[in-house]
Parts: sequence; structure tokens; C-alpha cells
Amino acid sequence: MTWLHPRRGLQLRLLLAGPIGWLGVVYLGALLILLLNAFWTKDSFTGRVEPFSWTLDAFDSLITVEVYRTIAIRTVVMAILVTATDALIAFPIAYYMARIASARTRGLLVIAVLMPLWAAYLAKVYAWRTIIQGKGPLEWVLAPFGIAGPGLDEIANTWLVLSYLWLPYMILPIYASLERIPGSLLEASSDLGARAGSTFRRVILPLAFPGVVAGSIFTFSLTLGDYITPDLVSDTKFIGNVIYDNSSLGSLPLAAAYSLLPVAIMIVYLLVARRLGAFESL
Amino acid sequence: MVESRAVRIALRIATALAVSFLYMPLVILAIYAFNPSRLLVWPPTGFTLGWFGEAAANPAVIRAVINSLLAGALATSIALVLGTLAAYAVQRYRFFGRESISFLLVLPIALPGVVTGIALRTTFTTFGVDFGLMTIVIGHATFCVVIVYNNVIARLRRLPRSPEEASADLGADAATTFRRITLPGMRTALLSGGLLAFALSFDEVIVTIFTAGPGTQTIPMWIYQAIGRPTELPVVNVVALVLVLLSVIPVWLAQRIAGGEAASLSR
Repeated sequence: MTWLHPRRGLQLRLLLAGPIGWLGVVYLGALLILLLNAFWTKDSFTGRVEPFSWTLDAFDSLITVEVYRTIAIRTVVMAILVTATDALIAFPIAYYMARIASARTRGLLVIAVLMPLWAAYLAKVYAWRTIIQGKGPLEWVLAPFGIAGPGLDEIANTWLVLSYLWLPYMILPIYASLERIPGSLLEASSDLGARAGSTFRRVILPLAFPGVVAGSIFTFSLTLGDYITPDLVSDTKFIGNVIYDNSSLGSLPLAAAYSLLPVAIMIVYLLVARRLGAFESL
Repeated sequence: MVESRAVRIALRIATALAVSFLYMPLVILAIYAFNPSRLLVWPPTGFTLGWFGEAAANPAVIRAVINSLLAGALATSIALVLGTLAAYAVQRYRFFGRESISFLLVLPIALPGVVTGIALRTTFTTFGVDFGLMTIVIGHATFCVVIVYNNVIARLRRLPRSPEEASADLGADAATTFRRITLPGMRTALLSGGLLAFALSFDEVIVTIFTAGPGTQTIPMWIYQAIGRPTELPVVNVVALVLVLLSVIPVWLAQRIAGGEAASLSR
């Protein structure tokens, strides 16, 4: 019952004052102010948002203007596509790391996956831009087959580059969940007469699923929040681009209202992920 | 269960392809950095170190590097203090709402970056805060705290409690015990957490663009703007390559210092 001990209670308050003050007051406060701005009026003459001038105009235009609906659907579909692509690429390498590679190779592969994860984000996007753009390596590789390069205005570029960027975030949790499967479980499965295929389907895959969900939290959230990659490798707008474009020059209430969408999606996503047991694989 | 030979070979090939995919853009970036041509044309026409000199002499690049170093150092210092305090409180005390602390700390990186960015920007505007290096630091510190917190709490879990109890039994107060027993035990976790926080701050751009004023540029922001100016691209290649190295070296060091507990996913 340490909280009854007056000295411990004081110590705890001193310890938590800074962290709670910063994240609980400044950060949550900032999110609250963003929420409020979504319901405030923008003065069309000065361009400033009038505090406490309540209106639902921003939500009204988000619902009635078709382009915002299109962009929202496009962004969510992109997040799903990127997540599926990363899960497909990540599973074999995670499986190899967890079940086949020697301890030494496994250690090297973990580092080999971690390094690109941490390597400067913008440098990676820029590198892809140089690869995809005209007269670049991609065009050079495709030319002998008589295929033209995609150039920098294809929406598929965004899919490719986002899948690349978030791939390590998918590999590591799947690897962690596969590595935790005890060998005895697999032996039991084969002792009971299961072939390799059905052991994989009925033991390994269900136990690796929380890892896939954990990875998908990252691929989903990062895709919903990115506005730089779509800007640099294609000419298609996503939710992030609309928020960014409206944050300083356009309508701040609109940007604030629109940014509630990725927040709502992520909150639902996190609640579902927690039910699926993904948090233990993070 | 033993995977068949064919499955093993297929997995090995898939692994090799995935690793090549992860490194291919970085290799292309490195090759372009040494390309003498002013235009981005593949294949490269030769080898030169000239662009490195040009980048090092570019005043806008130098200013941006200084800003990035300052922002990284300040944000890391704040994150070290706040992250350590939070980790110590959660790991060594029992109190109401303890579970929600880690949720609160992870929120700035769990929510999409554009949301954190616009929330901070709107708040600064509402309260009339001048945009500049300090607003960048506030943004960076907000999402760096969790990195330090994760590293320190992992260490605190493994540190034996008996030396702390012995220190208390011998009459040391809580502050002395913390300074002379707990802090030395956490030293490498602090070092690796600090390195990771610095690496994260140094290459962050999605939130930074929202929290920087018109006059302050970090190095990723400089790259983002310079990409639109074709004459600057040879310097961009060099700066981007250096940025990759500078963001990876701290992570590599942190991995060496703290072993497996560092550099996990929660960046």
C-alpha cells in the first residue's frame, strides 16, 4: 500500500509531474484544441479561426464535397493494400529468421531489417523518386523489354514506396511471434499425425496472426499519416495531403475535421487489435 | 516439424529477395552521390567526390545541419529526463492509472504523424507562440519520450531490487539510492535510449514541417524543398546519403551498447 505512505506519494507526484505535464497537458491539450477547431468558424475576411464560434460547416463540406469522400476511401484502400503487400513479403523472411536461420544468421538478419527501418525516411523516399523518374534506373531496366517507365504521376508508385517504407515494421513483429512458438507444440502436432502443411495451417499460422496484426498497426497508421510520399512519387492526393494543404493557407477547421478521420480509424483499429492479442507481439 | 528441402530453399530465396529490396534504394542513393553528372541519369558516368565538398560549403545546408543537431540534442535531453522519470515511476511505484501511462507516452507515435503535426501547429497558433527552433524541439521531444521510456523500463525490469533495498536499509534516502544505485545501473539503457531518440529526431520531417516557422529549416526539410530545384539534386544526393548514415550509426551503436532490448519497433 505504498500510495498510503505520505513520502512515497510525494515522490511519485514529483516523478510524474514532468511526464504527465508534458504529454497529458501539452500533447492531449493540443489534440483537444485540434478537436475544438473542427467545430469553430473560419472568418472568411481575415482567414483566422474565431474561437468558440460553433459550427458544423467543416463536417458539412467533408460530407457533401465528393472529392473529400473519394480521397478518404482512396487513403483507406491504400492502407489496406500496403498492409496486405507487406504481410505477404514479410511472412517468408520472418519465418526464415525464426525457424530456419542459425542463431548467427538470425542476429545478422535482425540488424539487416532494423537498419533500413531507422534510415532517414526522407532519404528513402527521395531514393525511390530517383529510381522511378524518367531516365532513372527503373526505366533503364525496363527499356530492353520494350516497357516504358511509369514516370512520377502513377498512384501505383505510392503503393510501391509505402510498402517499401513500412516493410520492416511488419517483419519484426511477425518474427517475434513466430520465434515464441515452442518447438514442443510443433512436435506434438506431428506426433498426432499432422503433416507439415496442416501443422503450418493449424498451429503456426494462428499463433503468428497476432504478429501480423501488430505489424499492421504500424503499416496502417503510417500510411494514413503520410503526405510526403504521395507528394514526391505521384500526383495523387491522400488524407494527409488535404490536411497539410489546409493547415496554413486553406481552411483550418476543415483540416482539423478531416484529421479526426484517421484518429477515429486508428482508435477502432487499436481496439480491435487489442482483442486479437496483438499488443503482446509489439 | 521439419520443413522440406524445397520449402527451405524457397524461403531462403524469398529472404534474399526481401533483403535486396530493403537495401536496393539505399545502394542506388549511394551510387548517385558519387556521380559526376549534374543530371540524375542512369547509369552514372563516372566517379567523383566533388559533390561532398559542394554540400559542405552550402550555407543553407550548414544552417540546416546546425538546426537539426540543436533540435536533436535539446529534444533528446528533454526526452531523457521525462522518459526516465516516467519509467522509474511506473516500474517502482504502484498507483492508480499506472497502465495508462505507457499508452499516453506511445500516443504521439501511434497516431498518424500528420495529426500530431497539425494538432501542435494549431495549438501554437491559438496561443500565439512564435514558430522556430523551440517549437520544433517541443514536437520532437513529445514523440522521443517513449523511446527513452521503453529502453529504461526494460532495464529497470531486469535490474535486481536487492541493492536498492540494501541502500535503503543502510539509511540512504530515496534520492541518494536513485543517484548512487539505480542510475548507474541504467547508464547504458540511457545511452542507447538517448541515441535512438536523437536518431529519430534527426530525420523526422512529417511533424517537423508543421512545427517549424518559415525561417527555420532542419536538414530533412532542406532536402524536401531542394528536391524541387533540379540544379541542387547532386547536393541532395550527398546530403541524403549522409542523413542515412547519421540516422543509422546511432541505432547501430545503441544496438551494440544495450543488446536486444534497444532499437525495437516502438520508434
